[in-house]
Amino acid sequence: MFRFRGEQMKAFFRQWQLQSMVIPGIVWMVIFCYLPMFWLVIAFMDYSIAKPMLESPFVGLKHFEAFVSDDRFWRSIRNTLGMSSIKLILGFPIPILFALLLNEIRSLRFKRTVQTISYLPHFIAWTIFGGIALNWLGEGGVINQLMMAIGLQDREILFNSDAKYFWWITFFTDTLKETGWSAIIYIAAISGIDPGLYEAAELDGAGRWQRMWHITVQSIRPTIAILFILAVSGILGSNFEQIFMLKNNMNMKMAESLDLYIYNMGLVSGRHSFSTAVLFARSIVALGLLFMANQTSKKLTGDSIF
Amino acid sequence: MKRRTGLRSIGVFEVCNTLLMLGVCFLTLYPMWFVLINSLNAPEQALLGTVNWFPEQLSLASYSVVFNDKTMMNGFLITTLRTIIGSAAHVLFTAIIAYGLSKTTLIGRKVYMKVALVTMLFSGGLIPTFILMTKLGLYDNFWVFVIPGMYSFFNMVIFMSFFRTIPDSLEESAKVDGASDYGVLFRIVLPNSMAVIATISLFSAVYHWNDYYQGVIYIRSQDILPLQTILYKIIAENSMSFMQQQAMAQFGARLPGNSIKFASMMVATLPILLFYPFIQRYLVKGVMIGAIKG
Repeated sequence: MFRFRGEQMKAFFRQWQLQSMVIPGIVWMVIFCYLPMFWLVIAFMDYSIAKPMLESPFVGLKHFEAFVSDDRFWRSIRNTLGMSSIKLILGFPIPILFALLLNEIRSLRFKRTVQTISYLPHFIAWTIFGGIALNWLGEGGVINQLMMAIGLQDREILFNSDAKYFWWITFFTDTLKETGWSAIIYIAAISGIDPGLYEAAELDGAGRWQRMWHITVQSIRPTIAILFILAVSGILGSNFEQIFMLKNNMNMKMAESLDLYIYNMGLVSGRHSFSTAVLFARSIVALGLLFMANQTSKKLTGDSIF
Repeated sequence: MKRRTGLRSIGVFEVCNTLLMLGVCFLTLYPMWFVLINSLNAPEQALLGTVNWFPEQLSLASYSVVFNDKTMMNGFLITTLRTIIGSAAHVLFTAIIAYGLSKTTLIGRKVYMKVALVTMLFSGGLIPTFILMTKLGLYDNFWVFVIPGMYSFFNMVIFMSFFRTIPDSLEESAKVDGASDYGVLFRIVLPNSMAVIATISLFSAVYHWNDYYQGVIYIRSQDILPLQTILYKIIAENSMSFMQQQAMAQFGARLPGNSIKFASMMVATLPILLFYPFIQRYLVKGVMIGAIKG
């Protein structure tokens, strides 16, 4: 890595204290980040955890062919894309809307209080939040009581035992938990807008909605673009902690996302090479998605990450 | 005339908007209120179903079941230990690397930075990481909570940019007085970085407190299961510890007792709820720093 000659060698040892701060960190990174990356090669092997890696036979693309012809794999792709699309199309604007409306509150104290309360659920563990959701969606739960009270249902529905509701359950619980937290970044961007712009617009006769659209939304557009790029490129991911909490045997056919498929195949069924092949393929597609989303956003809005 | 309609429409908007915001607050707080009242509901009453607004009959019986449950209390201890050790190790380790890397005189700095940057862009993912942990002997080992989480690129960058704002003159005068690099770091730099240390420790602590997933994947032994993993098993897998089953039998329940579940949830989230009013501004500050950096 380095080619030391006399002087440099001396300089290196003279700063041994600084070096001793950094080198353990580099060693840590090699062990905990680079070694797992290296271990991805087991996607091309018939790896068994009991043997040293290099004794496992190379099998080429066998595992890649296997998962491409597995129906359960395609089902997990469908579930991941389904849940991500709902989250992206319906969920993405919600924190923006919340930030815009919160910004219209005049009383500073009320605004702060609402904001502080709104991001509390972000810090509640999924075990607890999911536990509440499971109770509410179950027999005699709050949701059933509410739906029957307003006449939308005439009998109880066990929402979490019926797979067709699962995507919507993940969407609503996620919205309830994360809206306030996701809005922080927009609220910060809004607070950076020059108040003079609003005064000028008001003098020109712009109404509330016009100001909101032409000044506030236009000013935070770069922030929106960046978060949108990240959201699109993350479309093959899912909130594992959430899904793992809410899934059960009855809703599995709609609940098994790609992450959960990898977990089930790799750690439950012990097919390490097979699920590493899925992981490998997914990282490549995800990287491609990031570049594509970035280019599209650059063309359409002029804003991009890189 | 025109002006008056203008004022009135603003009035309607303000009222609706305020109501909407109050609605958001309700939706946010109600789930926690729901857990609280149901945990305080007497177990006999809880058999009849959950209550929505107030307990039918106030009782701490469920809490005494939870606090007398050895599994739960051991989980509480493990979670507390991993929260303290895990966050301290994370902050210390990451801050020390960040300090070293923030020095432009460091030989090999460019190479080190590249090595660090790659860790943010690529990762091995679940299965390779799992295999590595097994090979390192961290499977079913308490230290799996601490060691793999000691460093994060993101927090390192936050530390580095904060260290840069500390005036060089402070460090130089300490050096003139004969302090070593470690002396400068621990006596000058870190005491002047308390704001960023508080923020990162809190994020790390909240993560450690709330995480159940590491416990599900890596831990088999009962005695090192974190509280949230035990809670996961109670809620999602409907499994109860022996003590809880006995307590349930005593109350004549057929189903896993809801009020005991809710009391467990309350115990597991109480530290967060209690500290939240005091720590929330540090947490928000952390996001702001992150947003500017990212």
